[in-house]
Amino acid sequence: MAIIERPATAGGVEIAPPATPSRAQGGFKRPVATTGWKSWLFTVDHKKLGIMYGVMAMFFFIVGGIEAVLIRLQLAAPEGKVLSASVYNQMFTMHATTMVFLFVMPMAAAFANYFIPLQIGARDVAFPRMNAFGFWCVLGGGIFINLSWFLGGAADGGWFMYAPNSGPIFSPSHGVDFWTLGLQITGIASLTGAINLIVTVLNMRAPGMSLMKMPVFTWLQLVVQFLLLFAVPVITVALFLLSFQRNFGATFFDVSAGADPLLWQHLFWIFGHPEVYILILPSFGIISEVLPVFSKKPLFGYPFVVFSGAAIGFVGWGVWAHHMFASGLGPVSVAVFSISTMAIAIPTGVKIVNWTLTLWGGKLRFTAAMHFAVGLIVLFTIGGLSGVTHSVAPSDTQQTDTYYIVAHFHYVLFGGAVFGLFSGFYYWWPKMFGKTLNEKLGKANFWLMVIGMNMTFGPMHILGLQGQPRRMYQWTEARAGEGFFNLAFWNQIASIGSLILVVGVLLFLINVVKTARSKELAPLDPWDSRTLEWMTSSPPKEHNFDVIPTVHHLDEFFHRKYQQDPVTHEYKQIATAEEILADQEAHADKHIHMPSPSYWPIVLAATLPIITTGVIYSIPVAIVGGIFLVLAMFGWALEPSTAPETDFDPPAAGESTKELAPLV
Amino acid sequence: MTAATETHTEHDHSHDDHAQHGMSNAGYIRIALILAAMTALEVSTYYVDFGALFMPVLIILMVVKFFIVVSYFMHLKFDNKLFSFCFYAGLFLAVMVYVIALATFKFFAA
Amino acid sequence: MSDVAVHEADHGTHGHTTTTGLSNNKIAMWLFLGSECLLFGGLISTYMLYRGRVSEGPRPGNVFDIPFTSVSSFILLMSSLTMVLAVSAAQNRDDRGTTLWLTITALLGATFVGGQVYEFTAMYNEGLGFTTSLFGSSFYTLTGFHGVHVTVGIIMLMSVVGIIKRSTIPGDKAEVVELVGLYWHFVDVIWIIIFTLVYLIPA
Ligand code: HEM
Ligand SMILES: [Cu+2]
Repeated sequence: MAIIERPATAGGVEIAPPATPSRAQGGFKRPVATTGWKSWLFTVDHKKLGIMYGVMAMFFFIVGGIEAVLIRLQLAAPEGKVLSASVYNQMFTMHATTMVFLFVMPMAAAFANYFIPLQIGARDVAFPRMNAFGFWCVLGGGIFINLSWFLGGAADGGWFMYAPNSGPIFSPSHGVDFWTLGLQITGIASLTGAINLIVTVLNMRAPGMSLMKMPVFTWLQLVVQFLLLFAVPVITVALFLLSFQRNFGATFFDVSAGADPLLWQHLFWIFGHPEVYILILPSFGIISEVLPVFSKKPLFGYPFVVFSGAAIGFVGWGVWAHHMFASGLGPVSVAVFSISTMAIAIPTGVKIVNWTLTLWGGKLRFTAAMHFAVGLIVLFTIGGLSGVTHSVAPSDTQQTDTYYIVAHFHYVLFGGAVFGLFSGFYYWWPKMFGKTLNEKLGKANFWLMVIGMNMTFGPMHILGLQGQPRRMYQWTEARAGEGFFNLAFWNQIASIGSLILVVGVLLFLINVVKTARSKELAPLDPWDSRTLEWMTSSPPKEHNFDVIPTVHHLDEFFHRKYQQDPVTHEYKQIATAEEILADQEAHADKHIHMPSPSYWPIVLAATLPIITTGVIYSIPVAIVGGIFLVLAMFGWALEPSTAPETDFDPPAAGESTKELAPLV
Repeated sequence: MTAATETHTEHDHSHDDHAQHGMSNAGYIRIALILAAMTALEVSTYYVDFGALFMPVLIILMVVKFFIVVSYFMHLKFDNKLFSFCFYAGLFLAVMVYVIALATFKFFAA
Repeated sequence: MSDVAVHEADHGTHGHTTTTGLSNNKIAMWLFLGSECLLFGGLISTYMLYRGRVSEGPRPGNVFDIPFTSVSSFILLMSSLTMVLAVSAAQNRDDRGTTLWLTITALLGATFVGGQVYEFTAMYNEGLGFTTSLFGSSFYTLTGFHGVHVTVGIIMLMSVVGIIKRSTIPGDKAEVVELVGLYWHFVDVIWIIIFTLVYLIPA
């Protein structure tokens, strides 16, 4: 990645490598590599970071998937011997932790990082180094959590880590310590990422892009970032309390010392319920982009989708105790939370109606991306409906801690969040890599995932209502029952289904490899899209746009391609994407300053796992880590985020410099 | 585009005005005196028996002091509403969720 | 993580345009403070829930030294005044005034932290350790977190003094002072709440 580009000609902007990077005040000379691994390690480019987030998340998806399959193999036969009881506990805990914190959240962050700046017509995020820092934190935290597998066993208290199960008595290994401290690190990333993206969206929009002209994906991501901003500190408190209990002898959740274990439950779920919207809203955003494009219609009721998104974001704060109906909250609390939970179904329903009406009367094109988007609507609705059955407290008391719950949240998380992300892969792949994923394989990928997912999680409704508890590590023939509701039969179906899912995901990976090998380049605007990210080359140039576009419409790119005939009210094409791009290149800005690569984000992030390791094994190590942390912060602070003019070749001589929109 | 250079100067200019939309130093000192007086009143509850007023007085003083510092020392009163939104959204949610959570523990029942 | 946000401030948005016309750094700082409300809210609630749970060791009423804490609270409150005077001096491009007021603020802050160390020691000697009771754990956690915030603030204040010493203080340096100021005042308002809820209102 170059420090700066000087346009060689009036046409496309050419990249000139920097000649004399000065010793920045921060201590190191700036990294300058524009290719090779160094250009990735020290990058602050939101697109590179987006891809890095994506690769990391995909890796953890595979890890979490392997864990899921091991769970299903264990339950495929009576008295399964694949996993011991203790390893089984670790398996479902780490499966959920990995899927939630290390796959869905980072993958959503990948899309957010890559596409928010592009969708709002900006050249990067507001705080590029903080962006890089966030990535390295998630990576470090993710690895740290998983190290516990090799250091005496992973966390085993379930993903919500209830007390007293998470205490030293029931979880004597270091697993929970790794879990707690690792999530603390990824939490830092979520917080800095949230601040960064909110500022980016609020403050770096292209001229003319008012909030209500912003693409829906960006809107819903904005809501998500606010949720993260306010939810992360709550889990931070909970995790600190748990660490202090486990590592420093406090008794915050120890009933024998007079503590109230419900405190943990409250703190966890005050975070946890906003968290489920953090998981799902990015996918809602993605399909809100995909459905209009492949229906050749604007999104139906854009303001409703936006406001219902914000409403979900707000009401989502008042429903957390529906996870605690069986914990003896008392009738008043149960009634209140039951009603608020039913209420939150309304804005969610609004979205489903809007999507359906977007499809209505459209010229539908069933691409792979569209398949996944429609799949989300259907599967999420199923999950949403079983969710409404939990909101009714008496019925939830029957369902809680059974496989019915497992069925529910996999319909919303797999059928919802994951399908949305896959829709995004197929839709945006040509934008990110300049090549289109194979559509045929994509549809096979889709159908296998639909079949696999319904076979895996559909039967779990039955299993749950028949009384199979969640987190049960073995079932026995003797207790499986007879006839249609025979637990053995449905457990086997679910296990077979999970293998079909695996094949489905494998097809996706094969598709990626195949596409990478193929020579065929994607057209500039393969789907006839509507939003700004398509108004640049594919993959986008380092500075995203040769000229920062001025926005006049919602769906600006569409309106640059099509104009309404005043008489017939029909839209007629007036320009192609190629023409628009050529026009931009002809008027390219000169002297674009991009933020400069830096060593500090990765250095600063690397100090965190040192500290957390120290907390578990030896406090002096933590102190040394802390000293490095402070030093790195000073280095960071003293290094200008964008290299000074003298770092560039040739140095700008007097002429006016076109600076970027605000880059810090 | 020359727009960037133009805004340069505009921006520099607005920096000079910056000090104006806050308060004068004398104003800050007045605020500090008010805060000091309120603190004195708070501390006096330790020495003087306020009876039934004890709790309400302390809570009200706490809230008022909080908002005085936030509004005047932190300029929220004079600054852009967006800043207020960022901060008060967090404050509001914090008060809401934690008060509800404590209520489920029957914390306020006594 | 304030530090990350603040440190970015160094190279403020001076000379750039933003959509809202507001500084990126300042929005970031306010967002961070909004987020901190939920952090301290959680710690305060934990304390409120647990302050009466004393199976062993002293109860809240027995260990608090209200006159002493009143003085240190007052010192912290007044550091908000000196901070705001520093910001005002910085905006008037008065380097000497800025440095002076920042230093005084840092000293007042340090006095407060020193007082806290003294208070903790005294309490410990009276038999209230971190693990003695739920009251002890939650008290030390809450006030400890606050103390760490003050300490971080002092470090930031001193760093800013250093930055100013090395160069003059044009436009965006004033913003750095302002941002550190926001953080400092926030830490102060949190103490306003703690002082009342923890110290003045007995369990
Ligand atoms: C690859 C497909 C997947 C399969 C086959 C699968 C399977 C399972 C099974 C069988 C359980 C229940 C374990 C037990 O209660 O004993 C479980 C738990 C769970 N899964 Fe998945 N899952 C998959 C994907 C996902 C995804 C994508 C997410 C989230 C984004 C997820 C989140 C969870 C959570 C939160 C739990 C609860 C763990 C606990 O009880 O603490 N799963 N999964
Ligand atoms: Cu929930």
